[in-house]
Amino acid sequence: MTETDTDKKSRKMQSVGRMKEIMTGYYIDAKTAGQTGRKVAWITSGGPVEPLIAMDIIPVYPENYGAMIGASKMGADLCARAEAMGYSSDLCSYARADIASSLIDGGPIGGLPRPDMLVCCNNICGTVLKWYEVQARYYDAPLFILDTPFCHTEYTDEAKKYVRRQIMEYIAFLEEATKKKFDYDRMKEVGRISIEGQRLWQAVLDTAINRPSPMTCFDAFFHLALIVTLRGTPVTVDYYRSLLAEMEQRVADGISAIPNEKYRLLWDNLPIWYRMRWLSEKFAAHDACLVADTYTTAWCMSLRYMDENNFLDSMAEGYTKSYLNIGVDEMIKIVLEMVDKYDVDGFVMHSNRSCKPYSLGQYDIQRAVQRERGIPSVTIESHMVDERSFSESQTETRIDAFMEMIGQKKG
Amino acid sequence: MDMLQDFYEAALDTERYISNLKGRGKRIIGYLCSYTPEEIIFAAGLHPLRLFGTKGAVTLADAHMQSYTCSLARGILEDALAGRLDFLDGAVFPHTCDTIQRLSDIWRLNTRFPFFADVVLPVKLDTESARQYMEDVLRRFKNDLEGNLKLKISDAALERAVETYNRIRNCLGILYKLRSAHPEILAGDDIYAIVKGSMIMDREYVAERLPALIETLHETEPVEDSGKKRIILSGSICDQPALYTIFEKAGGVIVWDDLCTGSRYFDGSISTEGDPIAAIANRYLERSICPAKHLSNTIRGERLIDLVRDHRADGVVFLLMKFCDPHDFDYPYLKSFLDKEGVPSMLLEIEDQLPSEGQLLTRFETFIHMV
Ligand code: SF4
Ligand code: SF4
Repeated sequence: MTETDTDKKSRKMQSVGRMKEIMTGYYIDAKTAGQTGRKVAWITSGGPVEPLIAMDIIPVYPENYGAMIGASKMGADLCARAEAMGYSSDLCSYARADIASSLIDGGPIGGLPRPDMLVCCNNICGTVLKWYEVQARYYDAPLFILDTPFCHTEYTDEAKKYVRRQIMEYIAFLEEATKKKFDYDRMKEVGRISIEGQRLWQAVLDTAINRPSPMTCFDAFFHLALIVTLRGTPVTVDYYRSLLAEMEQRVADGISAIPNEKYRLLWDNLPIWYRMRWLSEKFAAHDACLVADTYTTAWCMSLRYMDENNFLDSMAEGYTKSYLNIGVDEMIKIVLEMVDKYDVDGFVMHSNRSCKPYSLGQYDIQRAVQRERGIPSVTIESHMVDERSFSESQTETRIDAFMEMIGQKKG
Repeated sequence: MDMLQDFYEAALDTERYISNLKGRGKRIIGYLCSYTPEEIIFAAGLHPLRLFGTKGAVTLADAHMQSYTCSLARGILEDALAGRLDFLDGAVFPHTCDTIQRLSDIWRLNTRFPFFADVVLPVKLDTESARQYMEDVLRRFKNDLEGNLKLKISDAALERAVETYNRIRNCLGILYKLRSAHPEILAGDDIYAIVKGSMIMDREYVAERLPALIETLHETEPVEDSGKKRIILSGSICDQPALYTIFEKAGGVIVWDDLCTGSRYFDGSISTEGDPIAAIANRYLERSICPAKHLSNTIRGERLIDLVRDHRADGVVFLLMKFCDPHDFDYPYLKSFLDKEGVPSMLLEIEDQLPSEGQLLTRFETFIHMV
C-alpha cells in the first residue's frame, strides 16, 4: 500500500515541535549557566535528579547527550577519538563519545557545559562509575557516588539502610557545593511533580495498547528526553499531558503510527540511535509496529515503589530497584508482563555491545519468552552510538527472516 | 624448585587436587574475585576455591553470554555447564563488575549446586556508611552460610581464620619482597604457582608451607643481579604462566604486580583486635583497590607510581583482559600518570588464547630494549 501525503501528514505528531523547543531552551539555560550564576551538575540517567531540581541546580545528562551524538551520526568520529586517547573500542559508546567530546569541546551544540559537580548513581551499570571518575579528574569537579546495591533477588534491609544514609549524604554534598540550605518543603513539591510526570509518561506509553497503536517505540525514544532530563519540573508535566491528549485523540480518530499495523513487536535494550529511521521504516515495510520497549518503560517502572507523601524514603527504594539493577529472573517477569500487556507477536533484542548489564542475560530472557509465550525473537547487534559496529546487510537479513517467521505463524 | 612441586601440581591440575580434598570429606565453595570474604568460608570449615575458568574452547556458555564477554566469565560458566565443576558444593559471587553481576544471575538460573550466595559489597569504600554496609553484608553472608548449610561459625573459628589468612598474606608479601630484592631467586612461573596454589590448596597447609619456603630462600645464596630490566605487571588476573617465562626470555624480570591474582590478593592484614567480622570488613577499605571499586579518583595512579619507585621498576606492562570494562577505563589515566613520571609502559590485551610465543617474545623484546 502506498501512502498519500495527507496520510503521512496526519500521522505526524504535533508534539514533536514543542519537544524540540523545550529541549533547546533547556540546553541554552545549561550552556549559559556560567553567565546566570546557576550551578550545573552532570548526572547519570538513572540518578535521583529531584534533589538537584529542588536546589535549583541545572542537571545535565551525558547519556542524553550521547543519544544526540548518536542521532546526529557523530558517534563514530568521537568514539574513534576516544580510542586514540587509549580507551578500548569495546567500552560503552556513550562514555567514549562523551569523554572525547569533552576534550575537543566538540559534538552537537559544541559540547556540554562544564560541570560544577558530578552525581553518579550506579543503579544502571558500573561503567558510569569509571566514566564519572574520568570526568571528575578532567574537570577537577567534586564527585558524589550514590551506591545502590544490586538487587539480584531482594532489596535487603542493610541495603535500604545504606542507601537511605547516602540520600542524606547526597543532600549534604549539594549543600556544600551550593553553600545553600536544602529546602525540604520544596523537595516535597518536586517529588510530587516528579511522580506525576512519571505517571503521565506511563499513560502515554500505555496508549500503545490500542490496536492499531498510535505510537511506536521510536516515538517513545524521542519523547523520552524530558522524563530523563527534566523530571520533577512543571514543564515536563504539561508536556506529557498534552502528548497524552494527542495520543488519545489519535486513538479516537483511528490514526495509527504505521500505515498498516498487522504485527506488534516488543523492543529490548537501548535504541540504535544512528539507525532509528532506517529501522522504523524497515519494520513498517513489514507492517510491523514496535509498540513497546523495555528501555523507555524504565523511567516509570519505579512508580510502584514511589510514595509522594514520603518521597525521599520511597525514592531510595525506587532508584535502587531500577530495571538494570535487578536480577535476570526479575527482568524476565517484567518482559513477560509487557508481552501480555501490549499483546505482541515478536521480540526484538538489541544485543548492545556498549551495555553489558542490559545485554548479558538477554539470551536467557529470550529463551524464557520463547518457552512461556511461544513467540519468535531476533537479535540485532551494535554499539548504540558507534555506527562502525553496525552491519546493515546482516541486520536486514535477520529482520526479514524474523518477519517471515512471524508471518507464517500469524498468517 | 622442588619445594614448589605441590603448588605447581595444584595450580596446573586443580581438578585432581580438589577431588582429593573432596575425597577427604571437605566441602568446596567456589568463588570469584579477590573481594570474597574467604575467611568466613574457611571459618565455617569449608574449602574456598578461586575459580579461574577453562582455557579450552567455549561452546556451552555461548548460549548465555555474548561473544563480547571477558574470557574469565565465559570460561567459568563453561566449566560449570560442562560439569567440570561438579565437585563444588556451592559458589559465592561478590559484587565486582557488570559482567560478574550478570554471570551470577545466569549461574543461579542455570546450575544446581547446593549453595549459592551473592555478596553485594559496596562499590565505594571511602565513607563510614559504606564501611558499615560492608560489615552488614559480611554478617549476612555468615548467616547465609550458617542457615543454608546448617552449621555454626564461632568467633573462635573466625579468629583462627583471620590468623591463618594473615599468615598466608604476610608470607606472600615477604616472598614478593624477596623477589623484588633478588629477582633471580624465584622464577616468574614459580611466583605464579605459589599465588595460584594459595587460592586453591588447603589453607592450613599453605600457611605452614610458605614460612618454610621463605626460610629456605633466606638460606639460599642470592644470585648475582643479572642487570635484567625490572618490570611491574598491572591488570586483572594473569592465569598464563607461559607469559612469565617468555618475559624472562626477553630479558625482563617481574619485580612486583598490581593484579587481583597477585598483590591485590595479599595486600593489607586483618586486625586481630575487636570483632572479627568488622576487622575483615576494614581490611577491604584499606587494601589496594580493584578498578571496579572507588576510593578516590586518582588512588590507583598514585599507588602505581609508588610501586614503581619502591621497586625501582624500569617499566610497567599492562595485562588487560579483553572486554574488561573497569580495567579498560583506567588504562589511559594510569598510563598518563606513568608518562608524566617518564616510566615506559606497554599494553598487552589477553583474549582466550595467547598470541604465539614468537610474536609475544618479539613484542616483549622490543619493549625491554626501549626501557
Ligand atoms: S549504555 Fe549501559 S553501560 Fe553505557 S552508561 Fe548506559 S547503562 Fe551504563
Ligand atoms: S576480568 Fe574484568 S570484566 Fe572480567 S570479571 Fe574481571 S573485572 Fe569483570
